Amino acid sequence: MTRGSPADPRRQRRGRTIRHAGLLVAGAVFVMWAVATLTFFAIRLIPGDPAQAILGGPGSQASQEALDQVRRDYGLDQPLLVQYLAMLGRLLTGDLGSSYALKVPVADLLGAQLGGTMLLALLSLVLAWILALGLSLWSTGRGRVSTAVGEGIELTAAALPHFWLAAVLIAIFSSGLGWLPPVATGTPAGLVLPVVTLAVPLAGFLAQVMRESLLDAMQQPFVVSARARGESTTGVRLRHTVRHAALPGISLSGWALGWLLSGAVVVETIFAMPGLGRTLLQAVTLRDIPVVTGVVLLIALVYVLMTVLTDVSSRIADPRLRQEANR
Amino acid sequence: MTIDPDSPVLDVADLRVSFGGTEVVRGVSLRISPGECVAIVGESGSGKSVTARALLGLAGSNARTSSERLRVRGRELGSAGEREWQRVRARDVGLILQDALVSLDPLRPVGREIEDPLRLHERMPPTARRARVLELLHRVGMPDPALAARQRSGELSGGLRQRALIAAAIALDPPLLIADEPTTALDVSVQARILALLARFTANGTGLLLISHDLAVVRELADRILVMRDGAVIEEGTTAEVLGAPRTAYTRALIAAVPSGTPRGMPLSVVDRPPAAEAEAVATARTAIETPLPALRDQRPLLALDHVTKTFEVADGRFTAVDDVSLSVHRGETLGLVGESGSGKTTVARLALALTKPDSGDVVLDGTEWSRLREAERRPMRPRIGAIYQDALSSFDPRWNVGRILADAASGTERGAPAPGVAALLQQVGLAASVAHRRPLTLSGGQRQRVAIARALAASPEVLICDEPVSALDVTIQAQILDLLDELQRSRGLACLFISHDLGVVRHMADRVAVMQGGRIVEAGAAEQVFAQPAHPYTAQLVADSPRLVH
Repeated sequence: MTRGSPADPRRQRRGRTIRHAGLLVAGAVFVMWAVATLTFFAIRLIPGDPAQAILGGPGSQASQEALDQVRRDYGLDQPLLVQYLAMLGRLLTGDLGSSYALKVPVADLLGAQLGGTMLLALLSLVLAWILALGLSLWSTGRGRVSTAVGEGIELTAAALPHFWLAAVLIAIFSSGLGWLPPVATGTPAGLVLPVVTLAVPLAGFLAQVMRESLLDAMQQPFVVSARARGESTTGVRLRHTVRHAALPGISLSGWALGWLLSGAVVVETIFAMPGLGRTLLQAVTLRDIPVVTGVVLLIALVYVLMTVLTDVSSRIADPRLRQEANR
Repeated sequence: MTIDPDSPVLDVADLRVSFGGTEVVRGVSLRISPGECVAIVGESGSGKSVTARALLGLAGSNARTSSERLRVRGRELGSAGEREWQRVRARDVGLILQDALVSLDPLRPVGREIEDPLRLHERMPPTARRARVLELLHRVGMPDPALAARQRSGELSGGLRQRALIAAAIALDPPLLIADEPTTALDVSVQARILALLARFTANGTGLLLISHDLAVVRELADRILVMRDGAVIEEGTTAEVLGAPRTAYTRALIAAVPSGTPRGMPLSVVDRPPAAEAEAVATARTAIETPLPALRDQRPLLALDHVTKTFEVADGRFTAVDDVSLSVHRGETLGLVGESGSGKTTVARLALALTKPDSGDVVLDGTEWSRLREAERRPMRPRIGAIYQDALSSFDPRWNVGRILADAASGTERGAPAPGVAALLQQVGLAASVAHRRPLTLSGGQRQRVAIARALAASPEVLICDEPVSALDVTIQAQILDLLDELQRSRGLACLFISHDLGVVRHMADRVAVMQGGRIVEAGAAEQVFAQPAHPYTAQLVADSPRLVH
């Protein structure tokens, strides 16, 4: 094989890595901008007056002078485009503004809520992974009955809506058996039901994907090779096929965390948990534009970070991807 | 238990395997002594691979296996449970499968795969295991054992992968090795080295069961041959007996199908023809060779590559896939292009089809510099050049039936000529008209390749590019496809560029031959001359390495 003159391969590779990272950052900035823009215009489609919201909502009976004053102070009398550019300008300096309703900086508000919601989402993701791996491993390669049962459980779980599942879990474990509190109490016990509510539908979905690739891996000739070396069926699962099954699960986890954060809106409301989801819901109801924008931007940021993280962990789990990147 | 050194390592009588009531192995009996190589030969679906797996208790969870006797080193395993089988595998019987890319776990380093049998069967500290892995890799001729142990199957070349797979199979020095098509995906020179490695094991007293569809490969190694068809052994004997004086018509057909040594123009497929018809076919073929080709050599070539170079960007610079290659194909002529994987053959095909733009040089189609045209200008000329690939199945839209595939290809004609009907096309390639309603997935490998040929001919091309058209086929099916291509090329006066790694196939098909190595053409000339008196050392090596039925 003849090769052209290699111009310092290490420098070339570093150049490629920098280009790759640059593209990632540019993509992230674009996503954040698009999210801010969409949120800004979408929230104006909700009927109601932001000035009213600032003065304590429609029930506050604010005078016309007070409303005009507020509109001037907040720049709400300006054309929409000017308001939009002003918002972008503030965002660029890292200023998320202050809540209309609570009159505290949005950044402080989000900072206080972020931890709880992330804990909820991450615990749910971990539980979903455990359930999905367990279910797909249990239900494959054990004959037709367990396959059918496994598929049935996955399909049902994936189709369960959060609000219904939460209601049923509360009815059984709180009202019926009295084992767990029906609302979040800030204790680990209070987290159990919300986490299960979020994890079960996701587990059903992940298990469907994992089963598919697990079955595919079990058909591969390397399984025959491994068994011809004296490996037991359990050994084949642990050392070979599980890893193949986990690959699509990893790629889906970034998406899944975003999905869990939106699910948190419903779950936090039902279980009366403090968190981003409940904050978002309240802010939308009150037309608290800075808070809505802040929460949505934060969730978008988490999404972007998770996507990068999934990309990296996929490369760790699947060496073939690393090779391709270097090619 | 003491073992008599002369007692067989494998002794099987009346082995039967069935899947859901269908018996696919029907009463196979065989014995292998230490140091002996027994080969099972047959086409795909003959039950040879299932037989091999049943000898390891790996026929599958839905398989029913029974036998009068199934003894490995004198131990009866007919009623062995899974745990007993696990102790036998790797320790008493090693298995080598085809194509190590998928037979080794693509996510694990090769060293870990080779370590597995040591971990499962021996009480060995990890450091001793790793040292043994390096020793094993060295034994199978791995150039850099320490590096290879850290690499994954996807990072190794085909030959090195196969060596790693063999290292895993011999980790515990089993007295019996089963090799199921061990060299099928490999280039001839690599194949020759793998076969030599296997021969070394038998010389040291290991029994070898070799499964293959290729009689020429088997001939190099086997002491005895079993011919399998439809799950039963139909012929058995020493290698000299079976190849020299075959008793059944089926074995004769298998031998006749091997293209090397059969002159150009002589049909290869003689399956199920009465002897009289066979003689007649040979006679027709004789006249076919003696009738001169409709060669109009003094005319300008239909397809020509003129000093074409093509490079690709790789991690450490640029890789020159095709390096200053010139070749030409005339009407009614077949140019064979031979070379190993990575030699640039397929890039030449893509350049000829103007699917890839050359860095320098020209591709000329019937006087037009067609590599320089814009695609829109090229499109009206596309029907004049057709292509057939190795993997026909993946070149079809799986949701289309054969009729739609052919009609779509025929609609590409823009020269006023009415497109030949689908039924006529199918008839030309020897398929029934009813095939038009079937989908590619439901067809056999040979039928798919016939459909691919029909598709290539649908637009009535003048030039045909065949890129490894028979590499994925059994030898008898390969023979039929080669006969078909030969006949069509003759009757239509096609200019054909025939690309293959298989010297036997090219020798049988081509009028002229070009040999490629590392992107360059190292030798070219009349086919018989190049193969009989190779001038370049690389060609000589290729000819020496390629297995033949007769010397």
